[in-house]
Amino acid sequence: MEQDLAYSDPFLADILGRTRTIAMVGASANWNRPSHFVMKYMQTKGFRVLPVNPRDAGGEILGEAVVATLAEVAAPVDFVDIFRNAEAAGAITDEAIALAAEKGIRTIWMQLGVRNDAAAARASAAGLDVVMNRCPKIEFGRLNRELSWGGFDSGIVSSRRRRMRPI
Amino acid sequence: MTRYGFETRMIHAGSEPEPVTGARQTPIFQNTSYVFHDADDAAALFNLQSFGFIYSRLTNPTVAALEERLASLEGGRGATCAASGHAAQLLAFFPFMEKGDRFVASNRLYGGSITQFSKTFAKFGWEVDFVDTGDLDAVRAAIGPATKALFAESLANPGGVVSDLEALARVAKDAGILFIVDNTMATPALCRPIEWGADLVVHSTTKFISGNGTSMGGAVIDSGTFDWAQNDRYGGLTGPEPAYHGLSFYESIGEMAFTAHYHAVGLRDLGATMAPMNAFLTLLGLETLSLRMERHCDNAATVAAFLAAHPAVAWVSFAGSDRSPFKPLADRYFGGRYGSVFTFGLKGGYAAGMALVESCTLLSHLANIGDTRSLILHPASTTHRQLTDAQRIAAGAGPEVVRISVGLETVKDILADLDQALTRAGQAAQAAE
Ligand SMILES: Cc1ncc(COP(=O)(O)O)c(C=O)c1O
Repeated sequence: MEQDLAYSDPFLADILGRTRTIAMVGASANWNRPSHFVMKYMQTKGFRVLPVNPRDAGGEILGEAVVATLAEVAAPVDFVDIFRNAEAAGAITDEAIALAAEKGIRTIWMQLGVRNDAAAARASAAGLDVVMNRCPKIEFGRLNRELSWGGFDSGIVSSRRRRMRPI
Repeated sequence: MTRYGFETRMIHAGSEPEPVTGARQTPIFQNTSYVFHDADDAAALFNLQSFGFIYSRLTNPTVAALEERLASLEGGRGATCAASGHAAQLLAFFPFMEKGDRFVASNRLYGGSITQFSKTFAKFGWEVDFVDTGDLDAVRAAIGPATKALFAESLANPGGVVSDLEALARVAKDAGILFIVDNTMATPALCRPIEWGADLVVHSTTKFISGNGTSMGGAVIDSGTFDWAQNDRYGGLTGPEPAYHGLSFYESIGEMAFTAHYHAVGLRDLGATMAPMNAFLTLLGLETLSLRMERHCDNAATVAAFLAAHPAVAWVSFAGSDRSPFKPLADRYFGGRYGSVFTFGLKGGYAAGMALVESCTLLSHLANIGDTRSLILHPASTTHRQLTDAQRIAAGAGPEVVRISVGLETVKDILADLDQALTRAGQAAQAAE
Protein backbone atom coordinates (compact mmCIF):
# COMPACT_ATOMS: atom_id res chain seq x y z
CA MET A 1 0.00 0.00 0.00
CA GLU A 2 2.83 2.40 0.91
CA GLN A 3 4.80 1.92 -2.31
CA ASP A 4 4.70 4.81 -4.73
CA LEU A 5 2.56 6.91 -2.40
CA ALA A 6 5.04 9.58 -1.40
CA TYR A 7 3.82 13.01 -0.42
CA SER A 8 6.31 15.73 0.37
CA ASP A 9 6.17 17.48 3.72
CA PRO A 10 5.61 20.91 2.11
CA PHE A 11 2.67 19.50 0.10
CA LEU A 12 1.00 18.07 3.21
CA ALA A 13 1.80 21.16 5.28
CA ASP A 14 0.26 23.38 2.59
CA ILE A 15 -2.97 21.36 2.55
CA LEU A 16 -3.29 21.23 6.33
CA GLY A 17 -2.29 24.88 6.65
CA ARG A 18 -4.95 26.20 4.27
CA THR A 19 -7.77 23.95 5.53
CA ARG A 20 -10.37 25.36 7.91
CA THR A 21 -13.31 22.98 7.60
CA ILE A 22 -13.25 19.22 7.19
CA ALA A 23 -16.22 17.07 6.20
CA MET A 24 -15.57 13.66 7.76
CA VAL A 25 -17.43 10.93 5.89
CA GLY A 26 -17.80 7.92 8.18
CA ALA A 27 -17.41 9.84 11.44
CA SER A 28 -18.40 7.71 14.40
CA ALA A 29 -20.17 8.72 17.60
CA ASN A 30 -18.41 5.91 19.45
CA TRP A 31 -15.54 7.51 21.41
CA ASN A 32 -13.03 4.72 20.88
CA ARG A 33 -13.36 4.50 17.08
CA PRO A 34 -10.43 5.89 15.08
CA SER A 35 -12.64 8.47 13.30
CA HIS A 36 -13.75 9.86 16.65
CA PHE A 37 -10.12 10.19 17.74
CA VAL A 38 -9.28 12.11 14.60
CA MET A 39 -12.32 14.37 14.81
CA LYS A 40 -11.63 15.24 18.42
CA TYR A 41 -7.96 15.94 17.74
CA MET A 42 -8.56 18.10 14.68
CA GLN A 43 -11.14 20.10 16.66
CA THR A 44 -8.61 20.82 19.38
CA LYS A 45 -6.23 22.08 16.69
CA GLY A 46 -8.77 24.64 15.54
CA PHE A 47 -10.34 22.84 12.59
CA ARG A 48 -14.09 22.64 12.25
CA VAL A 49 -15.07 19.03 11.58
CA LEU A 50 -18.52 18.26 10.17
CA PRO A 51 -19.60 14.63 10.51
CA VAL A 52 -21.30 12.75 7.65
CA ASN A 53 -22.81 9.39 8.49
CA PRO A 54 -26.26 8.15 7.40
CA ARG A 55 -26.55 5.91 10.45
CA ASP A 56 -26.21 8.79 12.91
CA ALA A 57 -27.91 11.47 10.78
CA GLY A 58 -29.98 13.86 12.89
CA GLY A 59 -27.76 13.26 15.90
CA GLU A 60 -24.66 15.05 17.12
CA ILE A 61 -20.98 14.12 17.40
CA LEU A 62 -18.64 16.25 19.50
CA GLY A 63 -21.02 19.20 19.30
CA GLU A 64 -21.59 19.08 15.53
CA ALA A 65 -24.81 17.99 13.77
CA VAL A 66 -24.51 14.77 11.77
CA VAL A 67 -25.86 14.71 8.20
CA ALA A 68 -26.44 11.73 5.92
CA THR A 69 -24.62 12.90 2.78
CA LEU A 70 -21.91 15.30 1.71
CA ALA A 71 -24.49 17.34 -0.22
CA GLU A 72 -26.34 18.05 3.03
CA VAL A 73 -23.33 19.63 4.76
CA ALA A 74 -24.51 23.18 5.33
CA ALA A 75 -21.21 25.08 5.56
CA PRO A 76 -18.37 25.56 3.05
CA VAL A 77 -15.92 22.66 3.23
CA ASP A 78 -12.30 22.68 2.04
CA PHE A 79 -11.35 19.11 2.82
CA VAL A 80 -13.20 15.79 2.59
CA ASP A 81 -11.79 13.12 4.91
CA ILE A 82 -12.95 9.67 3.81
CA PHE A 83 -13.24 7.20 6.68
CA ARG A 84 -14.74 4.43 4.52
CA ASN A 85 -13.31 1.50 2.57
CA ALA A 86 -11.61 1.88 -0.82
CA GLU A 87 -14.70 0.92 -2.79
CA ALA A 88 -16.99 3.41 -1.02
CA ALA A 89 -14.25 6.01 -1.43
CA GLY A 90 -14.88 5.98 -5.20
CA ALA A 91 -18.49 7.16 -4.97
CA ILE A 92 -17.70 9.65 -2.20
CA THR A 93 -14.91 11.12 -4.32
CA ASP A 94 -17.29 11.53 -7.27
CA GLU A 95 -19.82 13.23 -5.04
CA ALA A 96 -17.10 15.55 -3.74
CA ILE A 97 -15.95 16.39 -7.28
CA ALA A 98 -19.55 17.27 -8.20
CA LEU A 99 -19.87 19.48 -5.12
CA ALA A 100 -16.37 21.01 -5.31
CA ALA A 101 -17.31 24.36 -6.81
CA GLU A 102 -20.41 24.81 -4.65
CA LYS A 103 -18.75 23.89 -1.32
CA GLY A 104 -15.22 25.08 -1.99
CA ILE A 105 -13.71 21.58 -1.71
CA ARG A 106 -9.99 21.51 -2.59
CA THR A 107 -8.74 18.32 -1.00
CA ILE A 108 -9.78 14.66 -1.05
CA TRP A 109 -8.09 12.78 1.75
CA MET A 110 -8.47 9.01 2.15
CA GLN A 111 -7.64 7.58 5.55
CA LEU A 112 -4.82 5.24 6.51
CA GLY A 113 -5.52 1.91 4.80
CA VAL A 114 -7.77 3.46 2.12
CA ARG A 115 -6.54 3.78 -1.44
CA ASN A 116 -8.51 4.13 -4.67
CA ASP A 117 -6.24 5.13 -7.55
CA ALA A 118 -9.02 5.51 -10.13
CA ALA A 119 -10.95 7.89 -7.86
CA ALA A 120 -7.75 9.78 -7.14
CA ALA A 121 -7.12 10.23 -10.87
CA ARG A 122 -10.66 11.62 -11.37
CA ALA A 123 -10.20 14.04 -8.47
CA SER A 124 -6.79 15.19 -9.74
CA ALA A 125 -8.25 15.73 -13.23
CA ALA A 126 -10.91 17.91 -11.59
CA GLY A 127 -8.16 20.02 -10.03
CA LEU A 128 -8.36 18.68 -6.48
CA ASP A 129 -5.39 17.69 -4.31
CA VAL A 130 -5.50 14.05 -3.28
CA VAL A 131 -3.88 12.25 -0.37
CA MET A 132 -4.44 8.52 0.18
CA ASN A 133 -3.51 6.07 2.92
CA ARG A 134 -2.66 8.80 5.41
CA CYS A 135 -4.25 10.08 8.59
CA PRO A 136 -4.61 13.87 8.94
CA LYS A 137 -4.18 13.59 12.70
CA ILE A 138 -0.90 11.72 12.32
CA GLU A 139 0.36 14.07 9.60
CA PHE A 140 -0.65 17.20 11.49
CA GLY A 141 0.96 15.81 14.63
CA ARG A 142 4.07 14.71 12.76
CA LEU A 143 4.61 18.03 10.96
CA ASN A 144 4.14 19.91 14.25
CA ARG A 145 6.52 17.52 16.06
CA GLU A 146 3.81 16.30 18.44
CA LEU A 147 4.21 12.77 17.11
CA SER A 148 7.85 12.91 18.21
CA TRP A 149 6.70 13.33 21.80
CA GLY A 150 5.47 9.74 21.74
CA GLY A 151 8.80 8.35 20.51
CA PHE A 152 7.85 8.19 16.82
CA ASP A 153 10.14 9.01 13.93
CA SER A 154 8.87 12.19 12.26
CA GLY A 155 11.44 11.88 9.47
CA ILE A 156 12.14 15.57 10.03
CA VAL A 157 15.62 17.04 10.41
CA SER A 158 15.91 20.79 10.81
CA SER A 159 18.33 23.36 12.22
CA ARG A 160 15.66 26.05 12.10
CA ARG A 161 14.02 27.38 15.21
CA ARG A 162 10.27 26.98 14.81
CA ARG A 163 8.15 30.05 15.46
CA MET A 164 5.56 29.63 18.17
CA ARG A 165 2.06 30.27 16.92
CA PRO A 166 0.09 33.02 18.64
CA ILE A 167 -2.66 31.64 20.83
CA MET B 1 10.69 13.36 1.65
CA THR B 2 14.45 13.85 1.96
CA ARG B 3 15.98 10.92 3.71
CA TYR B 4 19.09 12.19 5.38
CA GLY B 5 22.16 10.00 5.77
CA PHE B 6 22.87 7.89 8.83
CA GLU B 7 25.51 10.25 10.30
CA THR B 8 23.24 13.26 9.84
CA ARG B 9 20.40 11.51 11.66
CA MET B 10 22.83 10.32 14.37
CA ILE B 11 23.28 14.02 15.24
CA HIS B 12 19.98 15.62 14.27
CA ALA B 13 17.09 13.17 14.39
CA GLY B 14 14.74 14.04 17.23
CA SER B 15 16.69 17.18 18.13
CA GLU B 16 15.79 20.36 16.36
CA PRO B 17 16.32 23.66 18.20
CA GLU B 18 14.05 23.85 21.22
CA PRO B 19 11.32 26.22 19.98
CA VAL B 20 10.67 28.23 23.16
CA THR B 21 14.28 29.22 23.91
CA GLY B 22 16.20 28.35 20.75
CA ALA B 23 18.53 26.09 22.76
CA ARG B 24 20.46 24.13 20.14
CA GLN B 25 21.46 21.10 22.21
CA THR B 26 18.54 19.04 23.49
CA PRO B 27 17.66 20.32 26.97
CA ILE B 28 17.41 18.00 29.94
CA PHE B 29 13.75 18.21 30.91
CA GLN B 30 14.26 17.34 34.55
CA ASN B 31 10.59 17.37 35.52
CA THR B 32 8.00 14.83 36.50
CA SER B 33 4.77 16.36 35.23
CA TYR B 34 3.14 18.69 32.71
CA VAL B 35 0.39 21.30 33.01
CA PHE B 36 -2.93 20.68 31.24
CA HIS B 37 -4.62 23.54 29.38
CA ASP B 38 -7.99 22.56 30.87
CA ALA B 39 -10.06 19.54 31.86
CA ASP B 40 -10.94 18.71 28.27
CA ASP B 41 -7.25 18.75 27.26
CA ALA B 42 -6.49 16.42 30.17
CA ALA B 43 -9.32 14.07 29.18
CA ALA B 44 -8.13 13.92 25.55
CA LEU B 45 -4.60 13.12 26.72
CA PHE B 46 -5.72 10.40 29.11
CA ASN B 47 -7.92 8.90 26.38
CA LEU B 48 -4.91 8.91 23.98
CA GLN B 49 -6.92 11.15 21.64
CA SER B 50 -4.24 13.81 21.50
CA PHE B 51 -0.45 13.85 21.68
CA GLY B 52 1.20 15.39 24.69
CA PHE B 53 2.93 14.88 27.99
CA ILE B 54 1.20 13.87 31.20
CA TYR B 55 3.77 12.41 33.55
CA SER B 56 7.41 11.47 33.01
CA ARG B 57 6.88 7.82 33.93
CA LEU B 58 5.18 7.60 30.50
CA THR B 59 6.89 10.22 28.36
CA ASN B 60 9.43 13.03 28.75
CA PRO B 61 10.77 15.41 26.05
CA THR B 62 14.45 14.51 26.51
CA VAL B 63 13.70 10.79 26.51
CA ALA B 64 11.41 11.29 23.48
CA ALA B 65 14.26 12.93 21.55
CA LEU B 66 16.37 9.83 22.13
CA GLU B 67 13.46 7.58 21.18
CA GLU B 68 12.94 9.37 17.89
CA ARG B 69 16.66 9.29 17.12
CA LEU B 70 16.87 5.54 17.81
CA ALA B 71 13.74 4.89 15.73
CA SER B 72 15.28 6.85 12.87
CA LEU B 73 18.66 5.10 13.05
CA GLU B 74 17.12 1.63 13.21
CA GLY B 75 14.58 2.43 10.49
CA GLY B 76 11.60 1.83 12.79
CA ARG B 77 8.27 3.60 13.23
CA GLY B 78 8.81 4.42 16.88
CA ALA B 79 10.90 3.60 19.90
CA THR B 80 10.41 3.31 23.64
CA CYS B 81 13.25 3.83 26.05
CA ALA B 82 13.57 2.04 29.37
CA ALA B 83 15.73 2.20 32.47
CA SER B 84 18.12 -0.52 31.25
CA GLY B 85 18.52 -3.11 28.53
CA HIS B 86 16.84 -5.67 30.73
CA ALA B 87 13.94 -3.33 31.41
CA ALA B 88 13.60 -2.91 27.63
CA GLN B 89 13.45 -6.68 27.19
CA LEU B 90 10.74 -7.00 29.81
CA LEU B 91 8.84 -4.17 28.16
CA ALA B 92 9.28 -5.72 24.71
CA PHE B 93 7.43 -8.89 25.67
CA PHE B 94 4.89 -7.34 27.99
CA PRO B 95 2.11 -6.32 25.55
CA PHE B 96 1.57 -9.77 24.06
CA MET B 97 2.70 -12.36 26.59
CA GLU B 98 0.11 -13.99 28.84
CA LYS B 99 0.49 -16.71 31.41
CA GLY B 100 1.35 -19.94 29.58
CA ASP B 101 2.62 -18.21 26.44
CA ARG B 102 6.00 -19.18 25.07
CA PHE B 103 8.79 -17.75 22.96
CA VAL B 104 11.80 -19.26 21.25
CA ALA B 105 15.22 -17.77 21.95
CA SER B 106 18.77 -18.41 20.88
CA ASN B 107 20.76 -20.49 23.37
CA ARG B 108 23.81 -18.25 22.79
CA LEU B 109 22.37 -15.05 24.21
CA TYR B 110 24.10 -12.77 26.67
CA GLY B 111 24.08 -14.70 29.98
CA GLY B 112 21.97 -12.09 31.73
CA SER B 113 19.25 -12.50 29.09
CA ILE B 114 19.28 -16.28 29.53
CA THR B 115 18.79 -15.82 33.27
CA GLN B 116 16.09 -13.16 32.84
CA PHE B 117 14.17 -15.29 30.33
CA SER B 118 14.47 -18.64 32.09
CA LYS B 119 14.16 -17.57 35.72
CA THR B 120 12.37 -14.25 36.09
CA PHE B 121 10.02 -14.48 33.11
CA ALA B 122 8.99 -17.91 34.37
CA LYS B 123 7.50 -16.22 37.43
CA PHE B 124 5.00 -14.51 35.13
CA GLY B 125 4.23 -17.82 33.46
CA TRP B 126 6.13 -16.80 30.31
CA GLU B 127 8.06 -19.84 29.08
CA VAL B 128 11.15 -19.78 26.91
CA ASP B 129 12.43 -22.52 24.61
CA PHE B 130 16.16 -22.11 23.96
CA VAL B 131 17.43 -23.48 20.66
CA ASP B 132 20.51 -23.21 18.48
CA THR B 133 19.19 -20.53 16.10
CA GLY B 134 21.85 -21.54 13.59
CA ASP B 135 19.69 -24.64 13.01
CA LEU B 136 16.57 -23.36 11.22
CA ASP B 137 14.82 -26.74 11.44
CA ALA B 138 15.29 -26.70 15.21
CA VAL B 139 13.80 -23.21 15.31
CA ARG B 140 10.77 -24.30 13.25
CA ALA B 141 10.30 -27.38 15.42
CA ALA B 142 10.37 -25.28 18.59
CA ILE B 143 7.54 -22.99 17.44
CA GLY B 144 4.22 -24.26 18.78
CA PRO B 145 0.67 -22.91 19.06
CA ALA B 146 1.49 -20.88 22.19
CA THR B 147 4.70 -19.40 20.74
CA LYS B 148 4.56 -15.63 20.32
CA ALA B 149 8.05 -14.61 19.30
CA LEU B 150 11.53 -15.58 18.19
CA PHE B 151 14.44 -13.79 19.90
CA ALA B 152 18.10 -13.63 18.87
CA GLU B 153 21.09 -11.31 19.04
CA SER B 154 22.44 -9.95 15.75
CA LEU B 155 25.95 -10.45 17.15
CA ALA B 156 25.94 -12.45 20.35
CA ASN B 157 27.63 -11.30 23.53
CA PRO B 158 30.20 -12.65 23.94
CA GLY B 159 30.80 -15.62 21.66
CA GLY B 160 31.18 -13.94 18.25
CA VAL B 161 28.08 -15.80 17.04
CA VAL B 162 26.25 -14.04 14.20
CA SER B 163 22.57 -14.70 13.51
CA ASP B 164 21.31 -15.28 9.99
CA LEU B 165 18.78 -12.49 10.39
CA GLU B 166 17.06 -12.79 7.04
CA ALA B 167 16.56 -16.55 7.36
CA LEU B 168 15.27 -16.26 10.94
CA ALA B 169 12.92 -13.45 9.93
CA ARG B 170 11.46 -15.70 7.25
CA VAL B 171 10.90 -18.55 9.71
CA ALA B 172 9.12 -16.18 12.09
CA LYS B 173 7.05 -14.64 9.30
CA ASP B 174 5.97 -18.05 7.99
CA ALA B 175 4.85 -18.97 11.50
CA GLY B 176 3.04 -15.64 11.97
CA ILE B 177 5.12 -14.68 15.01
CA LEU B 178 7.28 -11.72 15.94
CA PHE B 179 11.01 -11.67 15.29
CA ILE B 180 12.86 -9.71 17.98
CA VAL B 181 16.55 -8.88 17.64
CA ASP B 182 18.90 -7.64 20.36
CA ASN B 183 21.17 -5.32 18.38
CA THR B 184 23.26 -4.13 21.34
CA MET B 185 26.60 -5.49 20.17
CA ALA B 186 26.37 -4.50 16.51
CA THR B 187 24.52 -1.18 16.96
CA PRO B 188 22.66 0.39 14.04
CA ALA B 189 26.02 1.70 12.77
CA LEU B 190 26.87 -1.87 11.71
CA CYS B 191 23.51 -3.53 11.30
CA ARG B 192 19.85 -2.54 11.03
CA PRO B 193 17.85 -5.71 11.69
CA ILE B 194 14.55 -4.18 10.53
CA GLU B 195 16.04 -3.99 7.02
CA TRP B 196 16.45 -7.79 7.20
CA GLY B 197 12.92 -8.46 8.44
CA ALA B 198 13.02 -8.00 12.22
CA ASP B 199 9.77 -6.75 13.75
CA LEU B 200 11.24 -5.38 16.97
CA VAL B 201 14.78 -4.38 17.90
CA VAL B 202 15.92 -4.17 21.51
CA HIS B 203 19.00 -2.43 22.85
CA SER B 204 20.98 -2.06 25.96
CA THR B 205 21.91 1.60 25.30
CA THR B 206 24.21 1.20 28.31
CA LYS B 207 26.82 -0.13 25.88
CA PHE B 208 28.08 1.34 22.59
CA ILE B 209 25.11 3.64 22.04
CA SER B 210 25.83 5.79 25.08
CA GLY B 211 29.42 4.68 24.69
CA ASN B 212 31.19 6.23 27.65
CA GLY B 213 30.07 3.95 30.45
CA THR B 214 27.95 6.68 32.02
CA SER B 215 24.33 5.67 31.74
CA MET B 216 22.14 2.65 32.12
CA GLY B 217 19.46 2.48 29.47
CA GLY B 218 17.53 0.37 27.03
CA ALA B 219 15.18 0.73 24.10
CA VAL B 220 12.62 -1.18 22.06
CA ILE B 221 12.24 -0.08 18.45
CA ASP B 222 9.10 -1.15 16.58
CA SER B 223 9.24 -1.60 12.82
CA GLY B 224 5.55 -0.69 12.66
CA THR B 225 4.99 -3.36 10.01
CA PHE B 226 3.92 -6.42 12.00
CA ASP B 227 0.32 -7.46 11.32
CA TRP B 228 -1.06 -8.01 14.81
CA ALA B 229 -4.43 -9.11 13.46
CA GLN B 230 -3.13 -11.89 11.14
CA ASN B 231 -3.94 -14.55 13.76
CA ASP B 232 -5.39 -14.70 17.25
CA ARG B 233 -2.06 -14.74 19.09
CA TYR B 234 -1.90 -11.04 19.89
CA GLY B 235 -5.13 -10.23 21.72
CA GLY B 236 -3.23 -7.83 23.99
CA LEU B 237 -2.99 -5.42 21.06
CA THR B 238 -6.01 -6.32 18.97
CA GLY B 239 -8.54 -6.95 21.73
CA PRO B 240 -10.17 -4.39 24.01
CA GLU B 241 -7.76 -2.87 26.55
CA PRO B 242 -9.63 -2.76 29.87
CA ALA B 243 -7.53 0.07 31.30
CA TYR B 244 -8.51 2.29 28.34
CA HIS B 245 -12.26 1.69 28.36
CA GLY B 246 -12.08 -1.15 25.85
CA LEU B 247 -9.95 0.63 23.26
CA SER B 248 -8.28 -1.69 20.73
CA PHE B 249 -4.78 -0.31 20.25
CA TYR B 250 -4.20 -1.90 16.86
CA GLU B 251 -7.52 -0.86 15.40
CA SER B 252 -7.40 2.70 16.72
CA ILE B 253 -3.71 3.51 16.34
CA GLY B 254 -2.60 1.08 13.62
CA GLU B 255 1.11 0.96 12.94
CA MET B 256 1.73 3.16 15.97
CA ALA B 257 -0.08 0.77 18.32
CA PHE B 258 2.91 -1.02 19.70
CA THR B 259 4.98 2.01 20.63
CA ALA B 260 1.88 3.71 22.04
CA HIS B 261 1.10 0.60 24.10
CA TYR B 262 4.67 0.46 25.43
CA HIS B 263 4.33 3.98 26.79
CA ALA B 264 0.67 4.09 27.76
CA VAL B 265 0.49 0.64 29.35
CA GLY B 266 4.02 -0.82 29.60
CA LEU B 267 5.85 2.10 31.17
CA ARG B 268 2.76 3.20 33.03
CA ASP B 269 2.48 -0.13 34.86
CA LEU B 270 6.02 -1.51 34.86
CA GLY B 271 7.49 1.89 35.67
CA ALA B 272 10.96 1.10 34.30
CA THR B 273 11.41 4.56 32.82
CA MET B 274 14.69 6.02 31.55
CA ALA B 275 15.86 9.08 33.47
CA PRO B 276 16.08 12.33 31.42
CA MET B 277 19.73 12.80 32.41
CA ASN B 278 20.57 9.35 31.06
CA ALA B 279 18.66 10.10 27.87
CA PHE B 280 20.72 13.27 27.47
CA LEU B 281 24.04 11.45 27.94
CA THR B 282 22.90 8.74 25.56
CA LEU B 283 21.96 11.36 22.93
CA LEU B 284 25.46 12.81 23.29
CA GLY B 285 26.95 9.37 22.78
CA LEU B 286 24.85 8.71 19.68
CA GLU B 287 26.23 11.82 17.99
CA THR B 288 29.57 10.02 17.51
CA LEU B 289 28.36 6.42 17.22
CA SER B 290 29.60 5.61 13.72
CA LEU B 291 33.01 7.19 14.34
CA ARG B 292 33.45 5.30 17.57
CA MET B 293 32.27 2.02 16.06
CA GLU B 294 34.78 2.33 13.23
CA ARG B 295 37.67 2.71 15.66
CA HIS B 296 36.29 0.10 18.09
CA CYS B 297 36.11 -2.39 15.24
CA ASP B 298 39.54 -1.52 13.82
CA ASN B 299 41.21 -1.82 17.21
CA ALA B 300 39.37 -5.08 17.87
CA ALA B 301 40.58 -6.61 14.61
CA THR B 302 44.19 -5.70 15.54
CA VAL B 303 43.80 -7.14 19.04
CA ALA B 304 42.17 -10.32 17.72
CA ALA B 305 45.04 -10.89 15.29
CA PHE B 306 47.60 -10.31 18.06
CA LEU B 307 45.87 -12.79 20.36
CA ALA B 308 45.48 -15.41 17.64
CA ALA B 309 49.27 -15.37 17.16
CA HIS B 310 50.07 -15.44 20.90
CA PRO B 311 51.48 -18.72 22.31
CA ALA B 312 49.39 -18.54 25.53
CA VAL B 313 46.13 -18.30 23.57
CA ALA B 314 44.33 -21.49 22.51
CA TRP B 315 41.70 -19.90 20.28
CA VAL B 316 40.05 -16.58 19.40
CA SER B 317 36.36 -16.34 18.65
CA PHE B 318 36.21 -13.16 16.58
CA ALA B 319 33.67 -13.03 13.78
CA GLY B 320 36.20 -11.17 11.61
CA SER B 321 38.77 -13.93 11.73
CA ASP B 322 39.16 -15.91 8.52
CA ARG B 323 38.73 -19.05 10.59
CA SER B 324 35.42 -17.96 12.10
CA PRO B 325 32.45 -19.93 10.75
CA PHE B 326 30.46 -16.72 11.22
CA LYS B 327 32.61 -14.52 8.98
CA PRO B 328 30.36 -14.87 5.90
CA LEU B 329 27.28 -13.91 7.94
CA ALA B 330 29.16 -11.03 9.55
CA ASP B 331 30.31 -9.78 6.16
CA ARG B 332 26.76 -9.91 4.89
CA TYR B 333 25.03 -8.27 7.85
CA PHE B 334 27.71 -5.97 9.29
CA GLY B 335 29.34 -4.67 6.10
CA GLY B 336 32.93 -5.75 6.77
CA ARG B 337 33.04 -4.86 10.46
CA TYR B 338 32.90 -7.33 13.30
CA GLY B 339 32.19 -5.48 16.52
CA SER B 340 34.68 -4.98 19.32
CA VAL B 341 33.57 -7.58 21.85
CA PHE B 342 34.83 -11.12 21.51
CA THR B 343 36.16 -14.02 23.48
CA PHE B 344 39.37 -15.97 23.49
CA GLY B 345 40.48 -19.13 25.28
CA LEU B 346 43.65 -19.49 27.31
CA LYS B 347 45.71 -22.65 27.19
CA GLY B 348 46.10 -22.26 30.96
CA GLY B 349 42.34 -22.69 31.63
CA TYR B 350 40.41 -21.23 34.58
CA ALA B 351 43.46 -20.22 36.62
CA ALA B 352 45.03 -18.40 33.67
CA GLY B 353 41.75 -16.61 32.93
CA MET B 354 41.48 -15.30 36.47
CA ALA B 355 45.18 -14.26 36.52
CA LEU B 356 44.92 -12.49 33.17
CA VAL B 357 42.07 -10.19 34.19
CA GLU B 358 43.76 -9.49 37.53
CA SER B 359 47.08 -8.59 35.85
CA CYS B 360 45.84 -5.92 33.45
CA THR B 361 46.77 -2.35 34.31
CA LEU B 362 45.25 -0.51 31.34
CA LEU B 363 42.31 -2.76 30.52
CA SER B 364 39.66 -2.52 33.22
CA HIS B 365 38.45 -5.67 34.93
CA LEU B 366 34.71 -5.11 35.05
CA ALA B 367 31.36 -6.42 33.86
CA ASN B 368 30.41 -4.16 30.99
CA ILE B 369 31.04 -3.78 27.28
CA GLY B 370 30.94 -0.94 24.79
CA ASP B 371 32.91 1.70 26.67
CA THR B 372 35.60 4.02 25.26
CA ARG B 373 37.87 2.17 27.73
CA SER B 374 39.03 -1.38 26.98
CA LEU B 375 37.36 -3.84 29.32
CA ILE B 376 38.17 -7.41 30.22
CA LEU B 377 36.28 -10.12 32.04
CA HIS B 378 36.42 -13.80 32.91
CA PRO B 379 32.74 -14.74 32.36
CA ALA B 380 32.82 -18.14 34.07
CA SER B 381 33.69 -16.52 37.40
CA THR B 382 31.44 -13.45 36.98
CA THR B 383 28.55 -12.72 34.54
CA HIS B 384 27.86 -16.34 33.66
CA ARG B 385 28.29 -17.66 37.19
CA GLN B 386 24.56 -18.34 37.67
CA LEU B 387 24.33 -20.60 34.63
CA THR B 388 24.82 -24.36 34.55
CA ASP B 389 28.04 -25.74 33.00
CA ALA B 390 26.10 -26.76 29.89
CA GLN B 391 24.51 -23.32 29.56
CA ARG B 392 27.92 -21.68 30.04
CA ILE B 393 29.45 -23.75 27.27
CA ALA B 394 26.47 -23.13 24.96
CA ALA B 395 26.82 -19.41 25.65
CA GLY B 396 30.53 -19.54 24.82
CA ALA B 397 31.65 -18.93 28.40
CA GLY B 398 33.59 -22.05 29.42
CA PRO B 399 36.31 -22.05 32.15
CA GLU B 400 39.21 -20.93 29.90
CA VAL B 401 37.24 -18.14 28.21
CA VAL B 402 38.07 -14.45 28.56
CA ARG B 403 35.86 -11.69 27.14
CA ILE B 404 37.31 -8.46 25.90
CA SER B 405 35.61 -5.24 24.84
CA VAL B 406 38.21 -3.35 22.87
CA GLY B 407 38.14 0.39 23.49
CA LEU B 408 39.43 3.48 21.77
CA GLU B 409 42.89 3.77 23.36
CA THR B 410 46.08 3.75 21.25
CA VAL B 411 46.05 0.18 20.03
CA LYS B 412 49.73 -0.55 20.77
CA ASP B 413 49.04 0.29 24.44
CA ILE B 414 46.21 -2.24 24.53
CA LEU B 415 48.48 -4.89 23.00
CA ALA B 416 51.29 -4.14 25.47
CA ASP B 417 48.99 -4.48 28.47
CA LEU B 418 47.59 -7.76 27.18
CA ASP B 419 51.08 -9.05 26.46
CA GLN B 420 52.38 -8.48 29.99
CA ALA B 421 49.15 -9.85 31.51
CA LEU B 422 49.31 -12.98 29.31
CA THR B 423 52.85 -13.62 30.57
CA ARG B 424 51.62 -13.45 34.15
CA ALA B 425 48.61 -15.63 33.30
CA GLY B 426 50.95 -18.28 31.92
CA GLN B 427 52.96 -18.22 35.15
CA ALA B 428 49.81 -18.52 37.23
CA ALA B 429 48.60 -21.49 35.20
CA GLN B 430 51.93 -23.27 35.71
CA ALA B 431 51.81 -22.63 39.43
CA ALA B 432 48.28 -24.06 39.59
CA GLU B 433 49.32 -27.36 38.02
C1 LIG C 1 23.61 -8.09 24.47
C2 LIG C 1 23.04 -7.53 25.72
N1 LIG C 1 21.71 -7.44 25.86
C3 LIG C 1 21.15 -6.95 26.98
C4 LIG C 1 21.92 -6.53 28.04
C5 LIG C 1 21.24 -5.99 29.26
O1 LIG C 1 21.40 -4.61 29.31
P1 LIG C 1 21.46 -3.77 30.67
O2 LIG C 1 22.70 -4.17 31.38
O3 LIG C 1 21.50 -2.34 30.16
O4 LIG C 1 20.24 -4.07 31.45
C6 LIG C 1 23.31 -6.58 27.93
C7 LIG C 1 24.15 -6.14 29.07
O5 LIG C 1 25.23 -6.59 29.30
C8 LIG C 1 23.88 -7.09 26.75
O6 LIG C 1 25.20 -7.16 26.60
